[in-house]
Amino acid sequence: MTRKQRTQLIVPLIAVLLGFIVGGVIIVLTGKSPWGMLLALARTLTGFDFSGRGGFNPRYVGEFILQALPITLTGLAVAFAFRTGLFNIGAEGQLMVGSLSAVAVALLVPAPPVIHPILCLLAAMAGGALWAAVPGLLKARFNVHEVVVSIMMNYTALYFVNWSLLQFGSTDRVKTPDFPPSATLKSEFLTNLTNGSRLNWGIIVVALAVVVFWFVIEKTTFGYRLRAVGFNKEAARYAGMRVERNIVLSMMISGAFAALGGAVITLGTFNFGRVLPSFEGYGMDGIAVALVGGNAAVGVFLSGLLFGMLKAAQPLMQSQGIPKDISSIIQASIVLFVAMRLGIEALLDLTVGKRRAVK
Amino acid sequence: MKMFLDMVPIALMFSAPIIIAALGGLFSERSGVVNVALEGIMMVGGFFAATVTVFMEGVNPALAPWMGMAVGLLAGILFSILHAIASVNLKADQVVSGTALNILAGGLTVYLAQIIFNQQRTRAFSRGLSTINVPGLQNIPLLGKILFQNIYPTFYVALILILLTWFLVYKTRLGLRLRSCGENPQAAASMGIDVYKIRYFGVLMSGAFAGLAGGVMVLTQDIQYTITSIHGTGFIALGSLIFGKWNPWGVLGAGLFFGFSQAISLYAKDIPFLASFPQEFFYLLPYVLTILALILFSNRSVGPKAAGEIYDPGKR
Repeated sequence: MTRKQRTQLIVPLIAVLLGFIVGGVIIVLTGKSPWGMLLALARTLTGFDFSGRGGFNPRYVGEFILQALPITLTGLAVAFAFRTGLFNIGAEGQLMVGSLSAVAVALLVPAPPVIHPILCLLAAMAGGALWAAVPGLLKARFNVHEVVVSIMMNYTALYFVNWSLLQFGSTDRVKTPDFPPSATLKSEFLTNLTNGSRLNWGIIVVALAVVVFWFVIEKTTFGYRLRAVGFNKEAARYAGMRVERNIVLSMMISGAFAALGGAVITLGTFNFGRVLPSFEGYGMDGIAVALVGGNAAVGVFLSGLLFGMLKAAQPLMQSQGIPKDISSIIQASIVLFVAMRLGIEALLDLTVGKRRAVK
Repeated sequence: MKMFLDMVPIALMFSAPIIIAALGGLFSERSGVVNVALEGIMMVGGFFAATVTVFMEGVNPALAPWMGMAVGLLAGILFSILHAIASVNLKADQVVSGTALNILAGGLTVYLAQIIFNQQRTRAFSRGLSTINVPGLQNIPLLGKILFQNIYPTFYVALILILLTWFLVYKTRLGLRLRSCGENPQAAASMGIDVYKIRYFGVLMSGAFAGLAGGVMVLTQDIQYTITSIHGTGFIALGSLIFGKWNPWGVLGAGLFFGFSQAISLYAKDIPFLASFPQEFFYLLPYVLTILALILFSNRSVGPKAAGEIYDPGKR
């Protein structure tokens, strides 16, 4: 391992550790016990109850992996854009549009099993890519900052998707009719394996997405061009790359990844489209996942599991008397510490350097 | 015409927090630090303003919302210190650090609400801020009805802050130093200006303004603080700053524009042409208008040159 690789690995680990310490301190300051958080996290991760009562329930593990699925996809989305030097804070909206597209195909297009969910997933990717093309185009053509545009696109998506979903007919203005059995990603096998959790074939979608991300970014000339634009726009332009085109394409691919997350939730977890009162935070989760994962495929996969665990542990923490929002606090602290990477690296260099000097 | 007259005070109510938060962003960006955390700081300010109002209403109902806003302002300053430490001292990417603060604000406020009120939101306050009639001025024909009757005093606060900002940024030595740090920090440093100190000042000012804006927003437009109380207003403020070309008077114009676009959605059902659109259309209107405004003004808007750049004293 080179020194650079080492710091790339060590800095996120330090950030995660510090994030949990901050969470623990806040729990103690507000008069609760951090022990409850640890128990909840351990139970979510392993299924075992460590509180002394004993017992093993694989349903917790199933729900934990289920929670990791969409945020791994939004994590890949954010990471992909980051590699081209773009900050895609709009994964939330792209995910919602993706879920709308999946709902449309699931309810309106008849197709045999296996083919049907694939069509839904493709439609979702197209929808998400189109939605993400807007901030990409505006950035490339007018140099409008993609962050503000993406956030505005998120709110636009929220209301647009809610209105569209109701056009499919709804009995309670909260959800669409159920999908036909052919469209679902639900899996009896996985549900039985995990004692009734909602785990579903979405895991295959996520696994494929991770592999495709790795291949495109690391192994193709297209990915190389995108990274070149991310490293140095002007140098890439000088080398004859079409920077504007690459910016738009990168945003579209990023949007497609996020949209898959929406499709997996809709087709796998719920089997109907949901009208949402507000954001669910998948886009922000994706930012945390991407940053901690170092914007690389394997890293995003691992940090997706980490934050999935944090999300899945929320109900258990709440039952221990710890407000579940502690997980957002921990997540935000981790992002903040990762953002301070340069500062942490400098501190590490300082301490390591001192130790060498003593020797 | 009558409807338009009714609409003005509502539009000004929506404009006030947008303008105040955008002025906060102006201080930060002029000093060279991009602050996408305006949204999160507004959430923190709104939460504390609502909480203080709930507890103080029994003691002094007239003063309670003002105390709430003062505490919201202080909370905003404290919260923004995190952004200052991360982006000024520890060389964090300013957009990422701001995003972290936005996530943190959502988690922290709802967490505290559960500790204090045992629910996901603060308890509802009974009045919040009340509208006032300005004695004397309210009798001016036409103008009195628009600007001085049934109006929230927060709009006057916003106007005063515009004047204050304009004076501070363009007419004082501190303002010149602030702007120089946002344009070329290395050159500023060579003239003996402490770039770190100035940037801290910029970020903390943005914390104060955005914290106040959050309090203003919750106490005039809501009955309690919830996770959706601010719903993107901090980002609309950021848009107003760009739209207003990083200038206090431009910010006033942009803030009024977005205020009116939100007021229209309330009156849409009374306007025959607009009534046929679904309600969701009006919900998303302010956000779409923000994007359009950014496109229209993108080529002409020139922001502080060094905003968003990590300050490296060694770079020349």
